Amino acid sequence: MDTSLKILVIDETPIRRAILESGLKEAGFSNVTTLDTPTALVQQIYAIDPDVVLIDLENPSRDVLEQMFQMSRAVRRPIAMFVEKSDKATIEAAIEAGVSAYIVDGLKKERVRPILEMTVSRFRAFDRLRTELEETKSALKDRKVIEKAKGILMKTRGLDEAAAYALLRKTAMGQGKRLAEIAEGLISTFDLLKE
Amino acid sequence: MHEPRSRGGNGERIVNAGFIPLLDCAPFVIAKERGFDRKFGVTLQLHREVSWANIRDKLDLGAFDCAHMLAPMPIAAMLGLGRATEPVIVPMSLSLNGNAITVSQALYADMCIADAAAVHRGGMAAARALAEVVDRRAELGREPLTLGMVYPFSCHNYDLRFWLASAGIDPDNDVNLVVVPPPLLADSLKAGRVDGFCVGQPWNSVAVAQGHGVIVATKNELWPLSPEKVLGVREDWAKANGELLADVIRALTLACEWLDVPENRRETAAILSDHAYVGVSQEILLRPLTGNLARGGAEPEIADPDAVVFYRHTANFPWRSHAVWMITQMIRWAQAREPFDILALADRVYRPDLYRAAVAELGMAVPESDYKREGAAASLDQKASFFGEAGFDPRAAISYLRGLPIRAAAADLDAFAARNG
Repeated sequence: MDTSLKILVIDETPIRRAILESGLKEAGFSNVTTLDTPTALVQQIYAIDPDVVLIDLENPSRDVLEQMFQMSRAVRRPIAMFVEKSDKATIEAAIEAGVSAYIVDGLKKERVRPILEMTVSRFRAFDRLRTELEETKSALKDRKVIEKAKGILMKTRGLDEAAAYALLRKTAMGQGKRLAEIAEGLISTFDLLKE
Repeated sequence: MHEPRSRGGNGERIVNAGFIPLLDCAPFVIAKERGFDRKFGVTLQLHREVSWANIRDKLDLGAFDCAHMLAPMPIAAMLGLGRATEPVIVPMSLSLNGNAITVSQALYADMCIADAAAVHRGGMAAARALAEVVDRRAELGREPLTLGMVYPFSCHNYDLRFWLASAGIDPDNDVNLVVVPPPLLADSLKAGRVDGFCVGQPWNSVAVAQGHGVIVATKNELWPLSPEKVLGVREDWAKANGELLADVIRALTLACEWLDVPENRRETAAILSDHAYVGVSQEILLRPLTGNLARGGAEPEIADPDAVVFYRHTANFPWRSHAVWMITQMIRWAQAREPFDILALADRVYRPDLYRAAVAELGMAVPESDYKREGAAASLDQKASFFGEAGFDPRAAISYLRGLPIRAAAADLDAFAARNG
């Protein structure tokens, strides 16, 4: 693997940028620069003069790179999107993961593929991380709601904690709903009746 | 990803459409929000994107079945410019006009010093004032002006270049043309990173409302009723899903008809202001939607009911003459250099046959011809105008190119002429 390639990462998400940078460095690519702001992107790319540019698809500055296809006069080394007719799967995987790659003209595709594969796997890892974080947040919220609903049942019906929980569970199962949904319904009904 | 995935589990006909948050994404939004899609048994699923490159790639890979596209994009795709993709065709147009050229307050002041009357007249005349500013800066050894647009294959790029060249400004040498994503344009103007830009609405009106920009030309002043956004679909998808595509065309056409009822424009602004769509305030969206444009600076408001057109003036018909003009600009600025048959390309990309067949059952009048002379007056009370010239004849593309004053040398017109007898 050719680890001397100069890689530029453009990503406004700090955690993902860090994940990708560390992944590339662990794989031996020591020449990695990261950019978070799209300001004066073209000038920055000229100054950095990268072999490979990686940019996330949530970034509107992708269209700025697109123009660099066109400006062969002004650019020392023309940049093109990493595309290989024979390797559509790689492009599909990258787009689905949310990233695209641009390379300087004349660079052998085999030298870039390992970088792209690493990037795609790190983008997916970030996605999993984000999903897990959201799940954790919503689980925490569910638990709070269920606690509150239990409290209402204990107070209004004189149940102990175990019985209140059992009643919520039985109702949820009977209606084919999630426990947290039943708890939420109970809380809003209780709030209505309270007035 | 190319297998038809348009049918959901229970026979539901789902169509995934990508769009960019601009005023002229309205046909998709209204088709969905007002239920024109379901009228034809289609469920539109809309996907907001941040770049035209994403639109191109996701349409190519089948993540989208159709998309809101800049009219030159499908032509560029067919020519393999920028990045080669699966062939994309245009079975209908979505809108006319809607663009404008806006300059910073500082540049506006310089232009007024150079030729206040020309700035005041606006449109093609304003370019003459700009030319004087460009010359003066060159004499004083100052940096050339930086002007923004949104994508290399866009009418914005070609409009801006045409406007500049008409006044003797070479867009590739006398100014610095850059791509700036539309939502960043107003800030770039404020920060002085760009001195002016050509962009679709509402971003011109945003710059004016924020006090950073002055509109010096609208697209309707340059080329009345000119093409802007189109419906783009992959050619293979269109072949495999003929009836579904016809229903999408019908739904979008009815949405466009609804959009052009003046009383509906206020509701349109309310719907588009949602962050899922354009995410710009109703007040600003209403400017181009009602045609009461504030120009900014010391300039009076413009009252132009055709500031953006979705249905009237046969706006949805995909004129092949539109395609031919865009192709001439690709050649003019050397985006396309290898010679090819211009009319054959226009015929393959622009598909009025599909549009006619789809709307036949709606009982709408449709032009019989696929080509027209561009720039002809749309009605008696309008003046014929085409970038200040008499008009554009799509059958004489090469001689038209030869007559244009500034042109990038890289495309060999003799070689093109040999392929376009």
